[in-house]
Amino acid sequence: MNAPANPLAMRMEGPSPAVEVAKDLARRGALIAPVAAMVGAIFWGTDGAASVAYALAIVVVNFLLAAWSLGFAARISIALMAGVALFGFLIRLGLITLAVLLVRDAAWVELIPLGLTLIITHLGLLFWEMRFVSASLAFPGLKPKPGLDAAQASNSPTISDLSETKEHQ
Amino acid sequence: MSVLAQIAQDIEAADLQNIEAAGGAGMAYGLAAIGPGIGIGYLVGQAVQAMARQPESAGQVQTTMFLGIAFTEALALIGFVVFILLKFV
Repeated sequence: MNAPANPLAMRMEGPSPAVEVAKDLARRGALIAPVAAMVGAIFWGTDGAASVAYALAIVVVNFLLAAWSLGFAARISIALMAGVALFGFLIRLGLITLAVLLVRDAAWVELIPLGLTLIITHLGLLFWEMRFVSASLAFPGLKPKPGLDAAQASNSPTISDLSETKEHQ
Repeated sequence: MSVLAQIAQDIEAADLQNIEAAGGAGMAYGLAAIGPGIGIGYLVGQAVQAMARQPESAGQVQTTMFLGIAFTEALALIGFVVFILLKFV
């Protein structure tokens, strides 16, 4: 075990991995936006579609803001990053509240699709991204590649398979 | 005292119900934000410790930390959505 370094003196250099993840989340958000807006339009009409799009924009901006603030602070100091993570949570929660409360009386806002979209897309995008990130972190060779179909994916070794193989070796 | 009594008379039962509903929804939102706050504090503390112990894996730790923060934040978002649905729908 290494001796711990001083977090006050440590800082990260190079591109922030959190920003990369957030950009990936934003790309996926843009991919699902038309489908989500269509679902909103089916159940709540045009207002529903607009509310779903607005909620999706809030979620994506929230991810980007979180990643940018973490990356920015990590370049200065890891300890500052910890502070930004904590207070950033409060600030971003306040911004989300403000963003919703400012438009709640607008004619085009339907609060039910807006609220549902906030939760579903936030969690959905994260789980979608998680599939890629978890595989890359544990075993970079298992990172899903574009064009790899489901059949190939099901035949590829899992993380537990590889662990067992390593144990046997 | 007479002014207070006058105000109390002016407040109708419906207003009281609205005040109670707003207070309840606000309290639910506040309580829902406490848990994620504790969670994020613990998560970030552990992440900083991991980065201090193994600076070479700081990138991986930051990625995991970012996703952890986002997942924890979802709890607060659920509290917020329950708040707006209770309060305004």
